[in-house]
Amino acid sequence: MTADNTMAGPIAVSQPEPGIWRERLLRIVDEPLGLAGLLVLCLFATVAVLAPILAPYDPTVQDLGNIMQAPGAAHWAGTDELGRDILSRLIWGTRITFRTILTVALIIGPLGLVIGVISGYCGGKVDTVLMRFTDIVLSFPSLVLALSFAAALGAGLGTAIIAISLTSWPSIARLARAETLTVRRAEYVAAARLYGASHLRLIFLYIMPMCIPSVIVRLTLAMASVILTAAGLGFLGLGAQPPSPEWGAMISSGRKYMLDAWWIAVMPGIAILTVSLAFNLLGDTLRDILDPRHAR
Amino acid sequence: MIKVRNIDVHFQAHHHDKHAVKSVSFSVARGECLGIVGESGCGKSTVLRSLAGLETHWTGTIGMAGRQVGQKRRRDDLPLVQMVFQDPYGSLHPRHRIGRALKEPLISMGRTADDDIVGVALEGVGLPRHFAGRFPHQLSGGQRQRVAIARALLLKPPIVLLDEPTSALDVSVQAEVLNLLSALRREMELTYVFVSHDLGVIGQMCDRLIVMRDGELIEEMTADELRGRRVKTEYARELLEKSFI
Repeated sequence: MTADNTMAGPIAVSQPEPGIWRERLLRIVDEPLGLAGLLVLCLFATVAVLAPILAPYDPTVQDLGNIMQAPGAAHWAGTDELGRDILSRLIWGTRITFRTILTVALIIGPLGLVIGVISGYCGGKVDTVLMRFTDIVLSFPSLVLALSFAAALGAGLGTAIIAISLTSWPSIARLARAETLTVRRAEYVAAARLYGASHLRLIFLYIMPMCIPSVIVRLTLAMASVILTAAGLGFLGLGAQPPSPEWGAMISSGRKYMLDAWWIAVMPGIAILTVSLAFNLLGDTLRDILDPRHAR
Repeated sequence: MIKVRNIDVHFQAHHHDKHAVKSVSFSVARGECLGIVGESGCGKSTVLRSLAGLETHWTGTIGMAGRQVGQKRRRDDLPLVQMVFQDPYGSLHPRHRIGRALKEPLISMGRTADDDIVGVALEGVGLPRHFAGRFPHQLSGGQRQRVAIARALLLKPPIVLLDEPTSALDVSVQAEVLNLLSALRREMELTYVFVSHDLGVIGQMCDRLIVMRDGELIEEMTADELRGRRVKTEYARELLEKSFI
């Protein structure tokens, strides 16, 4: 008996095929907005890595004879109320922003995924308990939680990261649960039950890989709001502490001089806007590429 | 090989009870192929899923290979019966390469799984060995269904359940897959239960068939009787007329 004749089609390639992932991700090249978002993020990531080389001045050294200089040749983004070069502070602040984003993503991604998949897979009482717990966490405002954390642990970047992480995993968990409910009814899961695949095997090797694309999309979109929350905490003085050049804290200190020296608050504002927008654009594009249900 | 006595299946949803299978009994001899026909919703797939162990809400008795099996299967009951599903696009994990898909049953049962076993399994269903490196989406529907058949046979089950295995395929590919299934049954002395709504396919594949309607078994006949159109009930006659035109 021979194989179907249709196999000689365009898929007949002798080399091993690249994974579905790579194929799908390469489609980003055809999406100008998403590509722009990705490039902006890559640029900021490079800046974060190369901050000591790129920054023209030390971000914390004060120059009181040179305060509130307007943007010009010597200081491209001007200087703040203590004479520090704003561009250098923004460049060093990139590091803080990326550290916050990466840490939060590494905490809430796996946590939300595991809770959501277990909830959806087990169903019944486990599902009810986990989802009600998720609802409770979801109703916590992250700023208020951060305030209480700051009171208990002392204000700082770490506290901000913990507060943001603890309040932003529920959306990932709900997404993973919804995704699991669809996947667990698939026939390949039924077939795996028939040949005796264990629950752990089904959860980690069959169901979880199917949830990861949408979780990545949601994480990317969530990063925009994480940046805004982190900046908000910095603005309230609950995030990174002076003199560390956190963007939110920079806006906060520039607020007082808004009329005389607009650039102190506006420059970090532009940085926050750019990164946040880049994450949104990339997230939307990833959703279009990875999730066929959102096809246009 | 299979003895089913008085199985009933009730589905409860929103205080509404659906009696999906009503006291159905039949038996299948070793090496025989029993067809189950009926329109969609008649309970034929539910019977099959109860046999497989996927449906656990049945009452009655099911015996296989001389022993009783329960609603929840024990681990050593699993290799008795495997199943080929209707949709060749849904029954293979989209992120597992074919080689991985074929190793999974062996790994799950704690048996040795190597590339050679996979190669032999692929050749056994008429596919080249190098397909092991491909993903399901790189295969046609017929090729996927062959992989699904190879996977069902890896644990060397004496019983294979077929849930409309060709209804999602093109007519030309259907015939090839049916021929493969017939050849495998002869070679490996398999016992089949074949669910379909297509009497033509059943007549070609099966030795005997039962007709179901609204959860009840209404007629049992041999394939010869089907071909000779010697049916007893009006409903079976209607089904016959619909499928042979």
